[in-house]
Amino acid sequence: MAKTIAEINEKIRKGKAVVVTAEEVISIAKEKGVSRAAEEIDVVTTGTFGPMCGSGAFFNIGHSRPRIKLGGGKVYLNDVPVYAGIAAVDVFLGATALPDDDPRNKFYPGEFNYGGGHVIEEMVAGKDIRLTATAFGTDCYPRKKLETLINIKDINEAILFNLRNAYQNYNVAMNLSDKVIYTYMGVLKPNLGNANYSTAGQLSPLLNDPYYKTIGVGTKIFLGGGIGYVAWHGTQHNPTALRGDNGVPRRGSGTLAVIGDLKQMKPEWLVGTSMLGYGCTLTVGIGAPIPILSEEILRYTMVSDADILAPIVDYSEAYPQLKPDILGEVSYAELKSGRIKVQGKDVPTGSLSSYPKAMEIASILKKWIEKGEFLLAEPVAPLPGVESGITFKPLKERPIGD
Amino acid sequence: MNVSRRIVLHFPPNITEQPVVYRLVKDFGLTFNILKASVSPGEEGLLVMELSGEQKNYDKGIKYLTETGVEIQSLSQDVVRDESRCTHCGACITICPTEAFSLEPKTRKVLFDHNKCVVCGLCVKACPPRAMILHF
Repeated sequence: MAKTIAEINEKIRKGKAVVVTAEEVISIAKEKGVSRAAEEIDVVTTGTFGPMCGSGAFFNIGHSRPRIKLGGGKVYLNDVPVYAGIAAVDVFLGATALPDDDPRNKFYPGEFNYGGGHVIEEMVAGKDIRLTATAFGTDCYPRKKLETLINIKDINEAILFNLRNAYQNYNVAMNLSDKVIYTYMGVLKPNLGNANYSTAGQLSPLLNDPYYKTIGVGTKIFLGGGIGYVAWHGTQHNPTALRGDNGVPRRGSGTLAVIGDLKQMKPEWLVGTSMLGYGCTLTVGIGAPIPILSEEILRYTMVSDADILAPIVDYSEAYPQLKPDILGEVSYAELKSGRIKVQGKDVPTGSLSSYPKAMEIASILKKWIEKGEFLLAEPVAPLPGVESGITFKPLKERPIGD
Repeated sequence: MNVSRRIVLHFPPNITEQPVVYRLVKDFGLTFNILKASVSPGEEGLLVMELSGEQKNYDKGIKYLTETGVEIQSLSQDVVRDESRCTHCGACITICPTEAFSLEPKTRKVLFDHNKCVVCGLCVKACPPRAMILHF
């Protein structure tokens, strides 16, 4: 029954493709049986919506008269510093960048109310952004100072380019110490007081394609409310992480680097985010379509929260000290029940990733495909898989000497 | 006419051992819901509560409290949720000491029960998209 992406696209063009979400597919395939479901279903849509620090955007602001070379100078957008060490009027804004005068954790825990992620959200929302820059001046770029409002609709390019997004599985964070800690996994109460997790589980893109059989470089996706593409495997991509019998990673493993035109994205899917005592970031909405090319691929999309295990990690000691110890494993079904048992203690759970929003993304993508507005893209290169032998390495520190 | 107000009571150290709330119920027929309490013998006490009853009795109760030496403030702070910023992630759920947040099982949306909120403000800074707002 094997189908091809070209055949599925033909059906999409005719408005005849059968599209279901990664949540719907679980019961449909159980009811109809794998082989019939694989025959009937053309695409399974996924979604995830969570804080993703590996996010940022490139902007080309256009040349001023007289010209200024921002490269090598200092540039700020709404007082948030951007990276200017590239061509004359290109800059890169990272999601975690903070204004120079933000007190950070000087008053612990710092609030981090405004940073790079918030600038990206406001930019996408069409708000005017204050650009202030100083440069050293050259014969061809004489100007040394620039202060202007810019707007996404006027600048040449605004490109979202996230180096690491959509983690395939992630830690469940807890705190073994006797005081509150403030982490990128949220506020963790002492003595195993709460447990925070952060994936969409059964809806998450890479958990539905555990061996990267369909998602690859060039895959067209839902990104920030618009269209984007998988640019590469994300940084820290770790395909050789421990996996269960179902092939699903039991640790943080695969990641995606994604790219897209920020001008067609929407602020409700790129939300500036503040983690108390930790910093700023961007909450990103991503959804990938999975073409049902075979029964095997359908079977992977049938993964449910009960089949996905995540490691429980102590963020007071094991995580900061880069120790591999875990406190145990727990399924997303257990996590989503609201309470888990850890070391004999009944612990309430919270999430940083929004399941209702992930569901909405999978549904929007489904609608786009059903209406024939979104065709699937054939990947141009696969993501490194288990056979690549790629692992996630710690830093090998070496003395610099004199 | 019935009234229901959220008030903050400051007890001077000398009356923290008196059954003030009991008198409100017994003598004035008022009902109360304690939202926050910090009462230690010999120290100044603080009680945040919702006090309800008939306007006439409510006024008498307040008069009684004032005469006893209790300082009364209306609860001027309130925590509200900016629905346009809430992403329904759930980071607030385990932070709230009074379990004012819960998950709607079917949609997995985060529900905020304003009546359970004691305006402690813990969720305000712990909310990643800053959807919880403290109003004065």
